[in-house]
Amino acid sequence: MTVEAPTRTGLASGVGTSAVRPDGIPKLTGNYAFASDLMERGMLWGATLRSPHPHANVTRLDIGPALAVPGVATVLTIDDVPGSRHYGLERADQPVLADGVARFWGEPVAVVAADDLEDARRGLAAIEVEYQPLDPLIDSELAVERGEVFRTINVRRGDPDASGPVVVEGYYEVGMQDQAPLGPESGLAVPDGHGGVDVYVATQWSHTDHAQIVACLGVADDQVRVHPAGIGGAFGAREDVSLQIHLCLLAQATGRPVKMVYDRKESFVGHVHRHPARMWYRHEATTAGDLVKVTARMVLDGGAYTSSSPAVIANASYFAVGPYRCDNVFVESHVTRTNNPPCGAMRGFGAVQACFAYEAQMDRLAARLGVDPLQLRLRNALAPGDAMSTTGQIITGSLPTARVIEELRAMPLPAEAPPTHPFHLPGGTGLTTDPAHVTRGVGYAVSMKNLAFSEGFDDYAEVRVTITPAGVEVHTAAAEVGQGLVTICQQIARTVLGIPQVAVVFDDTATIGSAGSTSASRQTQMTGGAVEAVCAELRQMILEAHDGDELDDTGVWRAGELVVPLDRLADLGPATHHLRFRHPPTDTPDEDGQGNLHVDFAIAAHRAVVDVDAELGLLRVVAVDTVQDVGAVLNPAALLGQVEGGIMQGVGLAVMEELILDGGVIKNASFTDYLLPTFADAPAVTAGFVEEASHFGPFGAKGAGEPPTISSTAAIAAAIRNATGLPITRVPVRPDDIALAQPGRSIQGT
Amino acid sequence: MDCEHPHHLDAALAALGDDPAATVLAGGTDVMVDLSFGQPHPVHVIALRRVVESAEWQEGRIGAGVTYRRLERGPPGALAQASRTVGSPQIRNTGTIGGNVATASPAGDTLPVIAACDAAIEVASRDGGVRVVSWADFFTGVKQTSLRPGELVTAIVFPDPMPAHHEFAKIGVRNAMVISMVSACVTRSEDGTTRVALGSVAPTPLRATAAEEMISAETNPGESALTEFSRLVSAAVRPITDHRGTESYRRHASGVLARRLLERCLRREPR
Amino acid sequence: MHVSMSVNGREVSGDVEPRTLLVHYLRENLGLTGTHVGCDTGYCGACTVHVDGISTKSCTMLAVQAEGAEITTIEGLASNGELHPVQEGFWERHGLQCGFCTPGMIMQSAYLLAEDNNPDEDTIRHGLDGNLCRCTGYHNIVKAVQYAGARMRSEEPDAPDWEEEGT
Repeated sequence: MTVEAPTRTGLASGVGTSAVRPDGIPKLTGNYAFASDLMERGMLWGATLRSPHPHANVTRLDIGPALAVPGVATVLTIDDVPGSRHYGLERADQPVLADGVARFWGEPVAVVAADDLEDARRGLAAIEVEYQPLDPLIDSELAVERGEVFRTINVRRGDPDASGPVVVEGYYEVGMQDQAPLGPESGLAVPDGHGGVDVYVATQWSHTDHAQIVACLGVADDQVRVHPAGIGGAFGAREDVSLQIHLCLLAQATGRPVKMVYDRKESFVGHVHRHPARMWYRHEATTAGDLVKVTARMVLDGGAYTSSSPAVIANASYFAVGPYRCDNVFVESHVTRTNNPPCGAMRGFGAVQACFAYEAQMDRLAARLGVDPLQLRLRNALAPGDAMSTTGQIITGSLPTARVIEELRAMPLPAEAPPTHPFHLPGGTGLTTDPAHVTRGVGYAVSMKNLAFSEGFDDYAEVRVTITPAGVEVHTAAAEVGQGLVTICQQIARTVLGIPQVAVVFDDTATIGSAGSTSASRQTQMTGGAVEAVCAELRQMILEAHDGDELDDTGVWRAGELVVPLDRLADLGPATHHLRFRHPPTDTPDEDGQGNLHVDFAIAAHRAVVDVDAELGLLRVVAVDTVQDVGAVLNPAALLGQVEGGIMQGVGLAVMEELILDGGVIKNASFTDYLLPTFADAPAVTAGFVEEASHFGPFGAKGAGEPPTISSTAAIAAAIRNATGLPITRVPVRPDDIALAQPGRSIQGT
Repeated sequence: MDCEHPHHLDAALAALGDDPAATVLAGGTDVMVDLSFGQPHPVHVIALRRVVESAEWQEGRIGAGVTYRRLERGPPGALAQASRTVGSPQIRNTGTIGGNVATASPAGDTLPVIAACDAAIEVASRDGGVRVVSWADFFTGVKQTSLRPGELVTAIVFPDPMPAHHEFAKIGVRNAMVISMVSACVTRSEDGTTRVALGSVAPTPLRATAAEEMISAETNPGESALTEFSRLVSAAVRPITDHRGTESYRRHASGVLARRLLERCLRREPR
Repeated sequence: MHVSMSVNGREVSGDVEPRTLLVHYLRENLGLTGTHVGCDTGYCGACTVHVDGISTKSCTMLAVQAEGAEITTIEGLASNGELHPVQEGFWERHGLQCGFCTPGMIMQSAYLLAEDNNPDEDTIRHGLDGNLCRCTGYHNIVKAVQYAGARMRSEEPDAPDWEEEGT
């Protein structure tokens, strides 16, 4: 997939400008090919039979009647998987199709390919399948008791006997959130006629898809090529394999192209979710407000299969205290295996759950001490040179915790008076609430997140850059999920090479090496870092080869004279360069969770203003203002877009977004009942950015995608506490939690 | 399957008379969702969008084909307020009050207004002519009505004039485009006669008659009367717990919402 | 069943399965894949098109119901190679990220501005509250519509707010 160079260029579109998206025009005119838009002559449609039980033995599976359905080309079960029968991002424990047992509601049992979607659905209906339902394990605490855990982490740092005179305890819960990207899972697999297959999918990480596909197909690496197709949002939902392997199996079995598109209900079971969490905390402090000890126990439910649960629980554990100093920290955390839907990556990745709990604890502590909550945070703010409270890692890069908090505090608050327009009140267009019913609350929260991959992972991104007569091509396998990496890559190449005409080419897995996942807020620093490095080296190579002193879009210059025009340079070379960019290495944790586990961090702080109709438990989030530590601003418009969008996902988790499970079954797998915030729910956002350069990455920039989502939820919960005086220990906050709560309950801890 | 597009009511009634099992599409916004959710495909569709008579709106008689979009921009009051809360702008461009009535979902947004105003449902068939059915006789259960085979909803007949005051509100967790957890309509006449109807708290729209009788007798209700009104409304509803809300919240919110709407009726100028 | 309608000014006709939704007719039969399917239940708004000038979620309408209608999709919004002011606004004001909701969002915005080319912010927000976006947080979409309104009134759009960030 090639993205056209924009029509407006010039170094006015370099680093630091709000350069426009090069894919904007096709996306605005309906001409951008999303994965669901792909078609191929002679193509079949795939469809998936899914378990109606969260836990069951598949006692009979007869595909014969389905094969007899007109139009059905093939039906596949686990017995048709030629290679590895299991796959997975970190551990191959998820069956390609149910392996005699269904372990979650909606688990794929069989796949059908047919002439059209209706035929495929008729084929599904004709499959004869019988289940023996089993008792589902749905309680994460019970799973811990039974040892059903994907990973347990014990962070032990400092003196277990340490204690402080001021103690606050709390128990907190976070519900299961869905990424709900607007574009459902979709893809097209095309047999290459030589036993291999080309698959076009919307994915966050094509190379791990590739590795899992070839293992399950049992073919050589070079027989499968994963091509990026247009991605309708991701937010973590596309890091795991969904339909990729099924598509390739169907294409291999039929020798014909096969397309699959999930509907929304399937999408809700076809990708992983944010882990629901149960968290118990005790903070102990001096009477002056210095944290002495933090003890925590966290249980995150990973659902039926591993996905990225081991890394999510690592983040929850290592960021269990937040951006605060504390010398004695003991965290016991588990991520469990149950018969609930599998959970994995979602924006914020474990840090979201922890932040909700530790920031509630900080507010409790401030209330107990009778001090300003921000003052308490400033007093304990982690800074360069300090040891991270959980892992003991000495912070060496930029970490402007205090500055972020101070700058947020300095931002003006929105107008005091509650709005009078009825749609601006809690309840919105439902007209439930009059101004007299409204209490306004203000709450703050601060968060800390690792950037890029941690715990010793060999994290890299490959980029190739080529000079052509038309300008520059940047080749990468990184996924442009909408966040604007395509623009950032252009801007960096323009600035470093001095050539405004830059096209970004998203290559398939056979053409270039991995860029790593578009996750962990890592692509600006990793792929962006690779673009900066490869362009800088190529520029140097070109100047040395031609004894030049300047390069721009006309060619190579020496002492004010053009010595090699650009089109000649493309012929003469050096015109292409390639490198694999790595960030400084990290350690694997010791048995106490100690070590230099992270390469870089970002701080964000949010202030929420929420109007509450306490009698009805209805809310309107009026404003969420933020200051974020971003290293350097590469594209102000794109950055603001990430911040505003990320905050909205935090709003969703705070006040409405939750997959509701009943015995392992999702009760609201539709956009009718899984509620995403609308225009009418969007708070005003004012954003400020702190620019203290990172120690690695292009122009000092830090990743910025996740922090907006992390502390926004916690800030909104704090504002609701401020308005109601209720403890608010669970998100999303439901109307019952406010309207039916005991009046006058104190937010004081025990 | 085939699809008919009658342009006049008699043609629509004739088509339905020939095949009383046909699927009738008004705006289609409910039926299409069922289709997407794998409901059996209809064999025979009669699409009413072009039936000119059904779009007529004269005083209190609102043709079944009048869209929410027209209603929300119509005379201010409960029906406009309720229509504004239906789905999204696009759905309101297409969806109709007749469809809302015929679908008879417990969460149908206009239903509490119809019930509180004691509106009637006008139905017609080729063979049976026109019947006017009280709302209470029309709604018989969750998505169940007393509509007979071959009958179409042709109009909703509101009293003319309307009560002096009528107010609607609806609770959903989201501030727009949401299915109601509780909805309510309160009307009050100059003589104090008060009606209160609630949606999403019973299989059909529900009138809290004890609350009505109590508060209708109060010419200038004070705090204790308002509190009692609220309590009686909460006692009257029969909600369930489902994924959209709990029984206890719906019961609580019914009383709160009814009281607030009554207070608005008392506070505001007559409509 | 045979169906004929005008799509983006072009007369089209063909046989469709009677149960075919308008959105699938546009996408599969006519290849107009700019109209997206995000939810199948009338909630996301990505499938918004104009039917006889009225914005409609094309997943809530059968193709056969559109018999004889004039349909405009995102592919028909630009004229003579010129972007519609709404399209220009979305580009200039960063009104899109992944772009999946964008065609429906633009069609609804164009409908809104056709009724009133100088809407206040509330009118914009509530005119678009039936369209979900998961990327942008909506603010830049509001600014994109304001930009387009200004263009349609032949006025100079306000400067983008990120210019105040001073980078």
